Amino acid sequence: MLTHLVILQVIVPLLAAPLCLFLTSSRLSWFFALISSLITCVISILLLQQVMTVGTIVYELGDWNAPWGIEYRIDKLSAYLLIIISSISTVVLLAAQTSIEEEIPQDRHNVFYVLYLLSLAGMLGIVATGDVFNVFVFLEITSLSAYSLIALGRDRRALWASYQYLIMGTIGATFILIGIGLMYQMTGTLNMNDLSVRLREVDQTRTIFVAFSFIFVGICLKLALFPLHFWLPNAYAYAPSIVTAFFAATSTKVAIYLLIRFTFSVFGLSYSFTALPLQTLLLVLGLLGIFVASIAAIYQQNVKHLFAYSSIAQIGYMVVGISMNTTMGLMATLLHLFNHALMKGALFLALAALIYQTGSVRLSDFQGLGRQMPLTMAAIVLGGLSLIGVPLTVGFVSKWYLVLAAIEVGWWPVAVLMLVASLLAIIYVWRIVEIAYFSPPANGMAQGREIAKEAPLAFLIPVWLLVSSNIYFGIDTRLSVQVAQAASQSLIGLSP
Amino acid sequence: MNLSLTSMLQLSILLPLVATLLIATTGSKPNLREFVSIGTSLVLLYFVSKLYQGLEHGESISVLVWQWLPGLQLSFGIEPMGMIFALVASVLWPITTLYSIGYMRKHEEHNQTRFYACFAIAMGSVMGIAFADNLFTLFVFYEILTLSTYPLVTHSGTEEAKQAGRLYLGVLLGTSIVFFLFAIISTWFVAGTLDFKVGGIFQPDVNKTLAGTILVLFILGIGKAAIMPFHRWLPAAMVAPTPVSALLHAVAVVKAGVFTVLKVCVFIFGLDLLSVLPSTQFLLYLAGASVLLASFIAMRQDNLKARLAYSTISQLGYVTIGALLATPSSIVGSSMHIAMHAFGKITLFFCAGAILITAHKSKISEMRGLGLQMPITMSAFFIASLCIIGLPPAGGTWSKWYLLMGTVESGQWALMTALGISSLLNIAYLLPIPVRAFFPMTSSSKPSYKVPDDTRSFSDLQVKEAPLFSLLALSITALGCVILFIYPLPLYELSTAILELSGVSHEK
Repeated sequence: MLTHLVILQVIVPLLAAPLCLFLTSSRLSWFFALISSLITCVISILLLQQVMTVGTIVYELGDWNAPWGIEYRIDKLSAYLLIIISSISTVVLLAAQTSIEEEIPQDRHNVFYVLYLLSLAGMLGIVATGDVFNVFVFLEITSLSAYSLIALGRDRRALWASYQYLIMGTIGATFILIGIGLMYQMTGTLNMNDLSVRLREVDQTRTIFVAFSFIFVGICLKLALFPLHFWLPNAYAYAPSIVTAFFAATSTKVAIYLLIRFTFSVFGLSYSFTALPLQTLLLVLGLLGIFVASIAAIYQQNVKHLFAYSSIAQIGYMVVGISMNTTMGLMATLLHLFNHALMKGALFLALAALIYQTGSVRLSDFQGLGRQMPLTMAAIVLGGLSLIGVPLTVGFVSKWYLVLAAIEVGWWPVAVLMLVASLLAIIYVWRIVEIAYFSPPANGMAQGREIAKEAPLAFLIPVWLLVSSNIYFGIDTRLSVQVAQAASQSLIGLSP
Repeated sequence: MNLSLTSMLQLSILLPLVATLLIATTGSKPNLREFVSIGTSLVLLYFVSKLYQGLEHGESISVLVWQWLPGLQLSFGIEPMGMIFALVASVLWPITTLYSIGYMRKHEEHNQTRFYACFAIAMGSVMGIAFADNLFTLFVFYEILTLSTYPLVTHSGTEEAKQAGRLYLGVLLGTSIVFFLFAIISTWFVAGTLDFKVGGIFQPDVNKTLAGTILVLFILGIGKAAIMPFHRWLPAAMVAPTPVSALLHAVAVVKAGVFTVLKVCVFIFGLDLLSVLPSTQFLLYLAGASVLLASFIAMRQDNLKARLAYSTISQLGYVTIGALLATPSSIVGSSMHIAMHAFGKITLFFCAGAILITAHKSKISEMRGLGLQMPITMSAFFIASLCIIGLPPAGGTWSKWYLLMGTVESGQWALMTALGISSLLNIAYLLPIPVRAFFPMTSSSKPSYKVPDDTRSFSDLQVKEAPLFSLLALSITALGCVILFIYPLPLYELSTAILELSGVSHEK
């Protein structure tokens, strides 16, 4: 059983998904999805333990040997991401049933859970597999279910957002597929481990250069790296709130994982950073992304848009960390990956609670919510503080390592710029705080809206679970720092 | 109680935080809530005084709470400088609570529970700052102090308070993230540690330009020290209820700022390194300019609290100058000035609040003849003014004496002149207030069209003082100013103990 954990990690949600269709009531399928997600979460914890003690786990699918069969390969980086994805998914699912009752028609509840589990399975698969074509397959599973999930949003603009994402996502996936095809043509293998060896022999050819470029651009599209980010704000804003919380915390993380996996393991550090001017490219785009998106966030009227832009900015931080091409920089990125998942999970889930209660996330409708929904708003404030990077929150841990890493490579101006950018975070977070706490409640009756009450426990429990882990992991940094350090060391160590 | 000193140290930080919860739960019963506040502050005072005795007996008390990252921990320890700050804050907290009860009830303020709760968090973080054993711990509590005082500054919830809160948070959080945090991480990178060590943590052969830049970042980044150009938050914070201005913006918050500056100068850079850094001179002039400019601006303020705020900015400059001069006398002067100015300024704010709630006056021009109506308050105001100016019989005399000695020792004649001029300006902007309050006729012989009714009603005026609680509080602190003049020895000994610590290290 233990040896099969690797495949169970992906198979459980993948099989659970169609089973949801057969369940009669939506409550039952919610429970079923929750249990399956919980099981994946437990598996991922077991896997992490195993990886940290005995090292990389290799699992050959159907006992076919590697070059012919598909190989699943869990190293520290994968195990770290598996935990992030599966635990966030479980916590988000806790609130799912209550939230979709308001936002999605009753007859589509089952479909919702099917799609949710499929996208979960896809993300886990991308991270677990050691085969580049398999990556593409799972990427498509995730993406297709993501398009449909976003389209479930009750706002009619959700369709347009989903369509936009579909176009961009498909272009991205196609680019990745082209890259994979070219690599296969040159090396005759799809196994990542083999690729990393065989690519050495042919890495001076133009084909491989083209393959790398295609894959890089394709991932950047999925990543919503500035300036390829246009699909993200609308997709996040108009998707059902639960979907936003889930994707904001996980899907861009998977794309970051792919970027790291391809540049560091498959193509190898020395190739990646010399074939393309990756360092300059990632640094400049990352910094631009941080500033442009943070400034855009300040001007948003819809709070979901606001945090979506903030997500783009946070991706910028992660990319800057990668661009440093040092253990410390990569570690900072990995830490921020984990920490950002906690922050945005908490924030978007709190927004889901607000939508459930007030039906709106327009900034102007936040008036007086500080009094009416004290616990939910307190969660948003704490999540916001974490986003700013106040000590004793996870945001501070990320900031500390990012700045330290920048100083270590002698990029003093970059360190300053990253700190200055957190001032922008203060501004956009405090716009919400001021409206929620200083403006008197809007005359609700006049707008045909009842006076908001505190959110139900179904929201409060997961939201506060995430908020308290924002604080817990801000103080007890052992787990995240240890794993991130081990993962980045092994990644940098892998490359000659 | 048989508590070990280390657990007392932990409790002195935890206690106010626990009190916050108690205050929040007893919110519906104001008397019980206030009892919790006062009780906590007294217990805290007891703890701190016990710790003080422990320090005098030469015990070294320190406690590691939590390892945050390898080499970086939340840990607390006691040294003389922190003791001064902790003693000042813990002595003044119960008095301020006493004052608040009178003030808040008379003023019928809303959200009093939130007020007392945030107050307790702020005091807990002050204790954390005072006893912090390394720069990281200090920074953590520094930020908590900023955030916990934000609801106090914006207490009234008006548009004006919102704007002030923006400025307050923007400047304090902004400078602390961009400059202070950057300086801390740079220090960590260069020195490999953040522990407060006597004589500094930088290697003697550290790149002087680099260390000088880090020093600039520190001085600019510690926004709570209100060095110009990052001083605007302090006048803005005056929209807060007066007890907040009194304890937080004359004692806790601003003193946390200059205390951090002192700590950084003495324990991160060390006096030897500080005196050879290229940027020290520039920062000294910046602080000197801050002292003079703030004094000039204070003269032009008609709102009493605004005038006091600018006076605070100017006085904080004194402490920063003392820290940067890095001579034995100046360090003694600076650390004594933390205490002296605290007692003086808190009294002045108490008086300002008492005048506001009793006579409903906030403008200085309206305060003529007020001395006849509120003799005790205005007498206290007079004594406290002397303390700020640095004249006997008030404690400020000593600290300013040592600060001036420091400028002489290091041959900084320009700064000595600046401090001298500023003291004259202090006289010019503080003393007229009590003098006119007691002798309105002399000044109203000049035509004063704005307040024609005043002269008529002087004879009708009766003694009508502030609520008893508030009156008691401001009398105690005014008395404190005098006591610190007559009996400054314990304070002096603590201040020199800082030097003895560094003296030991120099001999090594």
